Amino acid sequence: MPELLQFCVSGLTVGAVYALVALGFTIIYNASDVVNFAQGEFVMIGGMTTVFATAAGVPLPLAVIGAILVAMVVGLLLHRLAIEPARGASPVTLIIITIGASIFLRGLAQVVFDKQFHSLPAFSGDTPIRFGGAAILPQSFWVLGGAAVIVVLLWAFFNRTLIGKAVLATAANRLAARLVGINTSFVMGLSFVMSAAIGAIAGILVTPITLTSYDVGMLLALKGFAAAMLGGMGNPLGAVVGGLAVGLLEALGAGYISSTYKDAIAFIVILVVLFAMPGGLFGKASVERV
Amino acid sequence: MVWAAPAAADTIKIGASLSVTGPASFLGDPEAKTLEMYVEKLNAEGGVNGKQLELIVYDDSADANKARTFATRLVEDDEVVAVVGGSTTGTTMAMIPVFEDAGIPFISLAGAVVIIDPVKEFTFKTPHTDRMACEKIFADMQAKGLAKIGMISGTGGFGKSMREQCLSVVGNYGIEIVADETYGPSDSDMTPQLTNIKNAAGVQAVINPGFGQGPAIVTRNYKQLGIEVPLYQSHGVASKSFIDLAGDAAEGVRLPASALLVADKLPDSDPQKAVVTGYKSMYEEKTGLPVSTFGGHAYDGLMILVEAMKRAGSEDPKAIRDEIEKTSGFMGTAGVVNMSADDHMGLDLTAFRMLEIRGGDWTLAE
Repeated sequence: MPELLQFCVSGLTVGAVYALVALGFTIIYNASDVVNFAQGEFVMIGGMTTVFATAAGVPLPLAVIGAILVAMVVGLLLHRLAIEPARGASPVTLIIITIGASIFLRGLAQVVFDKQFHSLPAFSGDTPIRFGGAAILPQSFWVLGGAAVIVVLLWAFFNRTLIGKAVLATAANRLAARLVGINTSFVMGLSFVMSAAIGAIAGILVTPITLTSYDVGMLLALKGFAAAMLGGMGNPLGAVVGGLAVGLLEALGAGYISSTYKDAIAFIVILVVLFAMPGGLFGKASVERV
Repeated sequence: MVWAAPAAADTIKIGASLSVTGPASFLGDPEAKTLEMYVEKLNAEGGVNGKQLELIVYDDSADANKARTFATRLVEDDEVVAVVGGSTTGTTMAMIPVFEDAGIPFISLAGAVVIIDPVKEFTFKTPHTDRMACEKIFADMQAKGLAKIGMISGTGGFGKSMREQCLSVVGNYGIEIVADETYGPSDSDMTPQLTNIKNAAGVQAVINPGFGQGPAIVTRNYKQLGIEVPLYQSHGVASKSFIDLAGDAAEGVRLPASALLVADKLPDSDPQKAVVTGYKSMYEEKTGLPVSTFGGHAYDGLMILVEAMKRAGSEDPKAIRDEIEKTSGFMGTAGVVNMSADDHMGLDLTAFRMLEIRGGDWTLAE
């Protein structure tokens, strides 16, 4: 039994990061129909900027805020310089643009930062907490708690604020939203900035556990995309459940079946789900816009 | 990129194809710097056999196809008499047939045992092999009476190769591997695998063949799970950045490594001390970078070659080859080299030092 608890804690911690990446996918996909494969690079920017800022002597809280701001600016530039000018292009073209942006950002990070792995000190110590035979890092609570706070804030934003509702309206029907006076270009820019901030926060929270380097984004983007597909592309709840599920599957697969096939297990289960339920776990039947 | 001294009529041309850029630049870059630095030094001291050395370095970016092209160019266009280099096992294996056909002595700087096993007429190598690292670790375990161990290895090239070598020699030491787990090169959490090892019956120690950030995460997870038995890492983590990444969790980790890492801590009576401190101070002074074992392999290769050329007294590749094979008692940064017709590496287990990380630094464990 203790090992089951240990696998679950490990899986949920990693899964929370996948969930945040998947949330980033969802927000941008809803507002602009773009699947943003540079989402993982926001995670990298968050972690790397914090590492280098603290190494330069900036106190951690300031470094964290700075890193989130840097990621938000990158997100805005990505939208303004790469996505907006290609307005009206096919979804495949837009996906290729984001993959290009991801490669560009990775290259830039090699030059601006370096090619080494880096670590951050844990926010509240490294002493693991023993619970029912499992060892839980305090940083895991930061990751899980941070993810929970972001989910609640996003829910409040979408349901309790006017701008949030404008985003929802744009997601539902861009033309109608424009007709009622919503600045859809602003909304799309906003969705990129929010996704970037969420990705950066994920990167900052998880770096003390997993380390970071210029190329951690690629794998995270793949896992986050798988999580978003599993949950149902475009569904925020699905993104969270999908992320946690992928993390749990990996940990349980590595623990109980074989660590050699860890990545494969998660992807096989996702394939099975998608064969049986093409829309993902929480996907709604596709509705044609008339 | 080519660094060539102005071509004079009376020079001895030696070649190198190294991975100066690309994914293995941490190997090729210090190797290239070392070769340039020491060729310059040798020339300033009057050269070899009264002639100046001319070094020709190509950058293969760890691409085996490029390496093979450069090997052909070194033989046919540059007409070198000997070659030092081949930073990775992949580039080395691609170049071997070219030099074997041309009859040019080739001293590789790559790790895998396949380079010299089976022995090839013109091919030699200077670094220790992963099999030796396994043997060194198992000998240490045996001496401590540890008989049942867990193994967690990376699935990258280095981890995979070393895992196989460890499995092939573990029986000689009366040690049983009771848990055998793996992790991907970019995995960020190894707690499930380590939990299985922790729960395997009777585990008395754990060995982790791996390279890159993986072993650092393994070490952190190890501490996190509160596993009390000794943790052995491989020479793949023998750099300061491992200690930085693993943090406090690195305390007490044991690993086999070259004496170069602990040059300052060797007792003065140690016969290797002069060589490693000499190389370390020269490298750090000239480049301003911390010394790595990889540059040391290039130093060893160049010096073995130069001594062979001096003994042969000629620049005939065949004569140089014969003298390289007769190298004995050569003290390099990797250890004492005693080559023979059936051993083209010539290092034994004394070449590895067992280190332990104490207080955030390497200490000699023996």
